Amino acid sequence: MHYSAWQLIKNGIQGGKNWKPFWRSAEPKNFYDIIIIGGGGHGLATAYYLAKNHGLKNIAVVEKGYLGGGNVGRNTTIVRANYLLDGNSQFFSHSLKLWEGMEQDLNFNTMMSQRGILSLGHSDSQMDSLARRGNMMISQGDDAELLSADDLLEYVPYVNQTDPRFPIYGGLLHRRGGTARHDAVAWGYARAANNLGVDIIQNCEVTGMIKNNNTLSGIQTTKGEIRADKVGMAVAGRTSLVGDMAGLKLPIESHVLQAFVSEGLKPCVDCEISWGAELFYISQSDKGGLVFGGDIDKYNTYAARGNLPAVENVMEAAMALMPMIGKAKVLRSWGGIVDMTMDGSPIIDKTPVNGLYLNGGWCYGGFKATPASGWCFAHLLATDEHHEVAEKYRLDRFEKGYLLDEEATGATPNLH
Amino acid sequence: MRIDCPVCGERDLQEFHYEGSSKLMSRPSDEADIKSFHDYLHIRENPAGLNNELWSHEYGCRAWLLICRDTTTHKILSIELARDAKVMGLTK
Repeated sequence: MHYSAWQLIKNGIQGGKNWKPFWRSAEPKNFYDIIIIGGGGHGLATAYYLAKNHGLKNIAVVEKGYLGGGNVGRNTTIVRANYLLDGNSQFFSHSLKLWEGMEQDLNFNTMMSQRGILSLGHSDSQMDSLARRGNMMISQGDDAELLSADDLLEYVPYVNQTDPRFPIYGGLLHRRGGTARHDAVAWGYARAANNLGVDIIQNCEVTGMIKNNNTLSGIQTTKGEIRADKVGMAVAGRTSLVGDMAGLKLPIESHVLQAFVSEGLKPCVDCEISWGAELFYISQSDKGGLVFGGDIDKYNTYAARGNLPAVENVMEAAMALMPMIGKAKVLRSWGGIVDMTMDGSPIIDKTPVNGLYLNGGWCYGGFKATPASGWCFAHLLATDEHHEVAEKYRLDRFEKGYLLDEEATGATPNLH
Repeated sequence: MRIDCPVCGERDLQEFHYEGSSKLMSRPSDEADIKSFHDYLHIRENPAGLNNELWSHEYGCRAWLLICRDTTTHKILSIELARDAKVMGLTK
């Protein structure tokens, strides 16, 4: 029992000096069977499932900064399975089931809280489309409930139902959706992977790929050359740049997504609410801060900070949805770089380069995918076959015409 | 970010619409193979650094602009009217 009440008291009295690190800080060996580039949620989950599901021993995760310092530490922590399209639906359904068992599996408190996700509708046609989505979710085996405006008066009495521009007609409630503690997910996977023998190498940036003809045999890093049979990229946000080192040209643009948190407040928002008029969502963290965000900034960027028009949009949406939020102060805002693909759906596939595998293009929805992404990417790396719930996430779907365009906006990465 | 429109002068980002890479101005010919169209429609260079891109001054003069911008700093290095850019196959 690492974390029994007795241990907490004992270590507390000793000032927390005797806690052991969760994982070894490994130095790279010369050769690994599989190297995962990227020590975020997806990379660590992949390494963990490679070791656990496929019994592989000789695995490394290389991370250019510190573990969990990328998007897994910058997102708004929402977990859900409310996708519509065949291909996305089964994948996120699988992911939500893995979320539900994650704490037991990793023996780590990821603070998974299935507090429900409410998507609002503002017109008859929007209610129809929510009903359709709900039916699709139910037929996938997930849960959905259509709530009327009267139901909402009880469920979320503070939302402004009579806004003249966007009156609220009802909503779709996905009770199994919720939030999880994002950092704990990275730490939990890192500890579990480490315990199964995975080398986690931090401060090790990939600077090049070792490629002969069309076959990859390793990577060059700031800690020297590391050889490997297979290399998996899980570097969403920087996928184009790392892919470019191997000569890949990808259907991805990098965009910035901003998020905001208010000062700590007493509990008031007990579910996650998605406004339907524009992209806006809000939940309350366990610390009390209202965590909210909206759309991406809509232009290519690698600068992890956004511009004011996107901020203004989010604040206006917040005020229109729940005017009481105007009394809260925004504590801080930040931006994260996301891979926007040309159809708004991710890619888990082999690449045209032998030995190089790609996991990326998560758009602004990578966090909820973390366990299934790791699960399916590990399956692909270990068996060279697509996992059945991720078989539509192919790189060649853009060429073949099998797009997974959830928003139906076409090849416009900034509008997905 | 503020953009110095050659027609209207310096304006707020809010007035502009981002279309994407300037490669969208070089549409393959109708006879080109499927791969050319795939690359044109779906593949992006997505550089960290200088990017040539198309913007339109949607809530201003509605001109299409060809902008060279640093994607790591948001600094704009050059702006010209897209119609002045000598690019073949301009469709917009």
